[in-house]
Amino acid sequence: MMNAPTTRIPKIIKNNVRTRLIVFAVLAALLVLCSLLSDHLTPYDPYLQDLSNAKAAPSAEHLFGTDRYGRDMLSRVIVGSRTSIFSTLLLVAIITAVGTVVGVFCGWHGGKLDTILMRISDMFLAFPGLVFALAVAGVLGGGLHNAIFALAAISWPKYARIARSQTLAQKETPYMKAARLSGSGTVKILAVHILPNIVGPILVTSMLDIGTMMMELAGLSFLGLGAKPPIAEWGSMMSENRALFTTVPWITLAPGLAIFVSVMIFNLLGDTVRDWADPRTRGR
Amino acid sequence: MQPILKVENITKVFRGSGGAPQIPDSSRRRLRQRQGGPGRPDFTAVDHISFELLPGECLGIIGESGSGKSTVANLVTRLTDPTEGRVMLDGQDITNLRGRELRDVYRKVQMVFQTPTESFDPRRSLGDGIGESLRNRGMSAGETRARVAELLQMCGLPADFAGRYPHQVSGGQCQRAAIARAIAIAPKVLICDEATSALDVTLQKEVLALLRTLRAELHLSILFICHDIALVQQFCDRVLVMYKGRIVEQGAPDDVIRNPQDAYTRRLIESIL
Ligand SMILES: Nc1ncnc2c1ncn2[C@@H]1O[C@H](COP(=O)(O)OP(=O)(O)OP(=O)(O)O)[C@@H](O)[C@H]1O
Ligand SMILES: [Mg+2]
Repeated sequence: MMNAPTTRIPKIIKNNVRTRLIVFAVLAALLVLCSLLSDHLTPYDPYLQDLSNAKAAPSAEHLFGTDRYGRDMLSRVIVGSRTSIFSTLLLVAIITAVGTVVGVFCGWHGGKLDTILMRISDMFLAFPGLVFALAVAGVLGGGLHNAIFALAAISWPKYARIARSQTLAQKETPYMKAARLSGSGTVKILAVHILPNIVGPILVTSMLDIGTMMMELAGLSFLGLGAKPPIAEWGSMMSENRALFTTVPWITLAPGLAIFVSVMIFNLLGDTVRDWADPRTRGR
Repeated sequence: MQPILKVENITKVFRGSGGAPQIPDSSRRRLRQRQGGPGRPDFTAVDHISFELLPGECLGIIGESGSGKSTVANLVTRLTDPTEGRVMLDGQDITNLRGRELRDVYRKVQMVFQTPTESFDPRRSLGDGIGESLRNRGMSAGETRARVAELLQMCGLPADFAGRYPHQVSGGQCQRAAIARAIAIAPKVLICDEATSALDVTLQKEVLALLRTLRAELHLSILFICHDIALVQQFCDRVLVMYKGRIVEQGAPDDVIRNPQDAYTRRLIESIL
């Protein structure tokens, strides 16, 4: 359908889901790429201390300034992207996959196993995250891997609940009956009819969770239960220098800005993916 | 003549919340609402129904909303498991089939659903839906596309509707697509669960005409579920009247309308005349 030429430009800006999707997907891909290639992108060695140039303000040489050991903040932020982005993406991927598989299974299968698995997920939901992480750190020791494990263990039930209720709703629809009448087996029905219909809300949740998880991992790092200094990680960089915020704010602001921008990009990507996944809004 | 579809004593009890499963005793054939412990009681939606559908015949089922018509359709197609009773299709007992064997049964029986738009996956095109049974039987993508175009045309839709999504077509068009899907693998038995109820009067006539043509061309036996006795009179050879899960009367539509034996049928007819 053609629109009058006058309405064309605003329309593209306003609500062309495809364009938005491409823009945010490219931005997100750039972030990931940047973290992949971080070793080659840093202007200085991020671990090189230069005490004579400590706490330098942002300048042409050091765009984000330097920290209290004189390390270049820009380089540290770039290198920190690897730990921050990768561990977060890994964590979100794990909880999304595990939660979805458990939820779809429970919703589809029903019965005793459903009850048992859902009670287990209730148990994890009721557990305060930090306490659990402390317990894990107490048993397995601190470190990034254990922080990811602890957060994954308490975060998957949310996805299991979404996937389960969505699967239950899908199961009763007339088109699911029609699919069975068409001779589609369980695997095909799950893959072709159920998953595409429930993946929207799940994907949006996981995209929106990227930000939260980034912050939680950072929080655990701050408590010494996650990434440990001198490893550059945005969260630990922020908390490491929080005492200096009033005097040399850029040390805290640089990783904060990095978190803000990444979280924003992933959130916008999440929203766009939801719109795009739904053909009812795709055509608009 | 050997019936193509034979239903014997079929019963469906929807379990309430709580209480042990109860099989209603067959000596007292009436609607049962039993207290199954605390909470919702068990509910007998279909209560010992038996009927036969002959090859080429069109059998109507009428009854008020909630009388169990859709449940019968779901039982016959095994979309719901019966609590009791048997379903025979083309001489084969299909009551306990599962998996592959059950999927093979769906070559012979197909259904047009009560709600046309909701019977198509909102995320897949009408063409995908219509061709699904063909693809499942090993037809190639190219052949399927050609066949879907043919089927759409048979049902009075342009071939390019294959690319549309359910929300992009009207209810009447969607119902035609649903009929195209149901006849795609040339079934022997077609179940129309209120295939015309969601449509306005002119569309109803068109869809009925389409069903009539297809019936003659494809030698379909049709189970025509409807709550409109006038439509049944136009379209069916025989009619069953359902009331609260039981068959209260059956016979040729004209006889049933002119000379109803059962009190409920009389009321049903009076209400529309
Ligand atoms: N899954 C279910 N669980 C419990 N009760 C059900 C279930 N499905 C149907 N029923 C009940 O069974 C009865 C018969 O339902 P059914 O859908 O067969 O009616 P119907 O004759 O098709 O009505 P309509 O003309 O409105 O489509 C209804 O009272 C309904 O509430
Ligand atoms: Mg019904």
